[in-house]
Amino acid sequence: MSTRYFGAAVPRLEDPRLLAGRGTYVDDIVLPGMLHAVFLRSSVAHGRIRHLDSTAALSMPGVRAVYAMADLAGFGAGPMPAMAPHPLLKTPITCSPLASDEVCYVGEAIAMVLADSRAEAEDALAAIELDIEHLPVVANARQGIADGAPRAHSGRDSNVIATLRGSHGNVDAVFAAAAHRFSETFEIHRGGCHAMECRGVVAAPEPRSGELSLWTSSQSPYMVRRHLATYLGHDEADIRVTAPDVGGGFGPKANVYPEEFAVALAALACGHPVKWIEDRQEHFLATTQQRDQFWSLEVACDAAGRMLGVRGRCIHDNGAYAPYGLILPTTALASFPGPYALAAFDLSIDVVLTNLVPTSPVRGAGRPNAAFVLERLADTIARRLNLPREEVRRRSFVRAEQMPYVTGGKMRDGSPVAYDSGDYARALSLVVDKIDAASFEERRAEAATRGRLLGLGFASCVEDTGLGPFEGASVRVTPAGKVVVATGAASQGQGHATTLAQIAADALGVDLSQVTVKAADSRIFPLGISTIASRVAVTAGSSVEIAARKVRDKAIKVAAHMLEAGEHDLEIENGQVRVVGVPDMNVPLSTIARVLSGSAGVPIPAGVEPDLAATGYFDANQLAFAYGSQACEVEIDPETGDTRITRYVVAHDCGRLINPLIVDGQIRGGVVHGIGNALFEHMRHDEAGQPLTATYADYLLPGAAEMPDIEIHHIETPSPRNPIGAKGAGEGGTIPAAACVISAIQDALGPEAPFVTMHPVSPEQIVEWIDQARK
Amino acid sequence: MKAPPFAYHDPRSRDDLIGLLAELENAKLLAGGQSLVPMLNFRVVAPDHLIDINRIPDLAGIRLSADDVVLGAMTRQCDLQASADLAASAPIIREALAHVGHFQTRSRGTIGGSCCHLDPAAELPALCALFDAEFDVAGPNGARVVKVGDWFKGYLESALEEREYLQSIRLRRWPAGHGYGFSEYARRRGDFAIAGAGALLEFAKDARIRRAAIVVFGVEPAPVRLAEAEQMLVGQTFSETLLAEAAAQASALDAMADVHVSAAYRRRLAGVVTRRALTEAVRLAREAV
Repeated sequence: MSTRYFGAAVPRLEDPRLLAGRGTYVDDIVLPGMLHAVFLRSSVAHGRIRHLDSTAALSMPGVRAVYAMADLAGFGAGPMPAMAPHPLLKTPITCSPLASDEVCYVGEAIAMVLADSRAEAEDALAAIELDIEHLPVVANARQGIADGAPRAHSGRDSNVIATLRGSHGNVDAVFAAAAHRFSETFEIHRGGCHAMECRGVVAAPEPRSGELSLWTSSQSPYMVRRHLATYLGHDEADIRVTAPDVGGGFGPKANVYPEEFAVALAALACGHPVKWIEDRQEHFLATTQQRDQFWSLEVACDAAGRMLGVRGRCIHDNGAYAPYGLILPTTALASFPGPYALAAFDLSIDVVLTNLVPTSPVRGAGRPNAAFVLERLADTIARRLNLPREEVRRRSFVRAEQMPYVTGGKMRDGSPVAYDSGDYARALSLVVDKIDAASFEERRAEAATRGRLLGLGFASCVEDTGLGPFEGASVRVTPAGKVVVATGAASQGQGHATTLAQIAADALGVDLSQVTVKAADSRIFPLGISTIASRVAVTAGSSVEIAARKVRDKAIKVAAHMLEAGEHDLEIENGQVRVVGVPDMNVPLSTIARVLSGSAGVPIPAGVEPDLAATGYFDANQLAFAYGSQACEVEIDPETGDTRITRYVVAHDCGRLINPLIVDGQIRGGVVHGIGNALFEHMRHDEAGQPLTATYADYLLPGAAEMPDIEIHHIETPSPRNPIGAKGAGEGGTIPAAACVISAIQDALGPEAPFVTMHPVSPEQIVEWIDQARK
Repeated sequence: MKAPPFAYHDPRSRDDLIGLLAELENAKLLAGGQSLVPMLNFRVVAPDHLIDINRIPDLAGIRLSADDVVLGAMTRQCDLQASADLAASAPIIREALAHVGHFQTRSRGTIGGSCCHLDPAAELPALCALFDAEFDVAGPNGARVVKVGDWFKGYLESALEEREYLQSIRLRRWPAGHGYGFSEYARRRGDFAIAGAGALLEFAKDARIRRAAIVVFGVEPAPVRLAEAEQMLVGQTFSETLLAEAAAQASALDAMADVHVSAAYRRRLAGVVTRRALTEAVRLAREAV
């Protein structure tokens, strides 16, 4: 196989179309007779609906219908199916598409208006009479777990819906024998999705066939189809779901949402296509977020500062429902012990319901949380034992010669975690070297002459990528000689249309311009899981490789017949199968495809099935573990607390790079996300559960001006666990970034300042710490 | 986030505008729309009529005379920023405009819109305070001039009456070679500042401060001139202590608290930005000598 494209920084094939405004997002879909939906949402965090009257709204201009859940009962009723069931959740904790009795967070949908335009539908919202009885509110997880706390759902005995446990080794013995033990408590806040494109759904019933078409801005279109089919009592085959161009997902768009169901139900009820486009205000209220975790941890180390064990517990704010099961807290737990070879750990997570919008993974899922506490614990050891921070890490890492390394942790499905490959210490040494840590003290002294505090930070991580069971792909050569790759893996802008095409082009020896990738349309490919967990390169990428090789083998078999040559004497180059060393003896792929496409009465070669096409399903039963280290420098203005990241260096190993340009973009975007978590993004609620930061004036989503240049270095250790040697790259930038920034802030504040155990940190908080350090 | 229904009017002359103002109830004027349009979409305002004044030809423009700069109310922020005349005669304006929103918003946003909306942290009303501006307003009952001290009525509240519009703003020029300094702190580039300050200084030949103007914004509900600090400076020669004492006046303001910051932190910042603005003004004034 030639490798013309795999590994090359090919410009993204989708960009000319997207940048010129020729993309098709959900809002670009316009159908005859389409109505526009808006949702009446709860204005209270916890309440009981006493009365709803839509009479006045129905008489408003342009209004075609107002639906509450009862109005849709002929098509579906009751709570939504759980997307990811977990044995600890005895019954699903999901909401109904529209709430009819109890509402559990501000923003929960209660009714919907259908009108000829979005503006008219919004006008009618104010005319709906709604009477809600206020119920006591659980406004944060620590409050929710306390004795005598109100219940987030009035029918539940406890707000704790599950306690997850992850343990390995004899933790008591390890702690008893350790030279040192240190305790810390941590508060971690992560924000929401904030994709450029908010959510959106169009549902169109086909009255004659009974089929339903749904377009949704989703990471999981096939999951939407499956659960919607169950809910409606339809067969999956009668529901077509498409994720067209999607402008970012970052985790929250992997959920199956009440609005997706409500819009489908409304379309069936009214017989018109129905469109709902989430506006930015709804995005703040009703799209899942990640929010708060509170950790109390103890770390044990030997006299040399080598980490031996970690134990403790976490209180996890799960929000008002658990639509995504326990995936987020489970992922946090499964992320221990990170890159460290721990003799033992014992951790538990209390998953707590609150009256805030439900949570879901956001880029990195719980991994950035686990990385933050582990990296802060490493820094604690360094601080207490007066050791270099990088030295504590080096002494504690899993070593390259230990690979594959069984950590003692367990994956979501209970299987043991075994890291596959890599050299963790090398990644750390690389960033230490590239950021020029050796001359950092000179830079710090120079900054001091300008009245600025300079700090250097480090953080490391491991990331499980390529989550199973599969994403499939088909590869077909058309009679025109074009190659069409189809997959269920939805893209939200990650560049799949380029990377998957690179793999297919190499396997089939065609020019990249001849390859088209079609994705996330249930009419084009039958199955799909989700674009989550940095899994598409490994799963879909490997499946494309498998399918394309099958097509190649088939083409060679047919060409051997046509050229009367042995299969072993043939190669594929420039879209032709030719005899090695005799380039004039060739047959174009287009000819083979035409033969295999069939003509009336013309036989095709014996022993070959029609269609120059094949499907591949890579069995992703083992994870590929990416890893990396980051280093950054921050400069603090001690008068204002302003913190600027002045330098940022990443070393990352995601195995073989399919396209360095795209991987760099993934890592850079990931780091940006982590910097947002460290310094800016904070979704605040008051004690009544009312969101306080529901606009971009108040929710500080950072922009390009707040970001440093990010220098990226790759280490390429191929994963032995898939045919292309890839590991995922989507989240590795984010996972250690907040820890890295906080480590640098700590270093800038100096040894007298309190130990920083939280994020995000505000300038006001930083000046308080500076004041404390100076006292 | 769609605006509630309203009737749209786009008068082509000042007379037509005055006619509409006389006639219509619950009307709002649309200038650059950088605050009003989001407020409409959030449905926090619901006017029955929107009067778009973008098509009235002579409401924009920058006119300089020996003593004054007159800025048409519809002058775009980008045009203020680009004006070489303004940069030469009142360079702090260009300095401040770099902090006003973003390139895109400045191409629509107007000085009049900013001064009528009157966000507490807006830079342009603060500059008006610094330059002892006069606001030239007109309506069905005739025209009047409002001094800047009377313009600021409170949080998001100017002296503009319901049936009036702002025609232009007159700034008093400072002599060539005056020192100026501008400093603000916002979390993100282009955000409204948590606290900001502008300072103008004129030195006499004997190196004493002849005249001083200091404005602090984002701290109280409207921009505030630090009259006491200004008096403290006049007649003095420069020293770090003097500047620190003047800046301390900013830290004594009655600062607002919000979801992001406490009043104490805002007061602290007010002192910091005031001292920085003054320091820069001193540096530039000395450079000019």
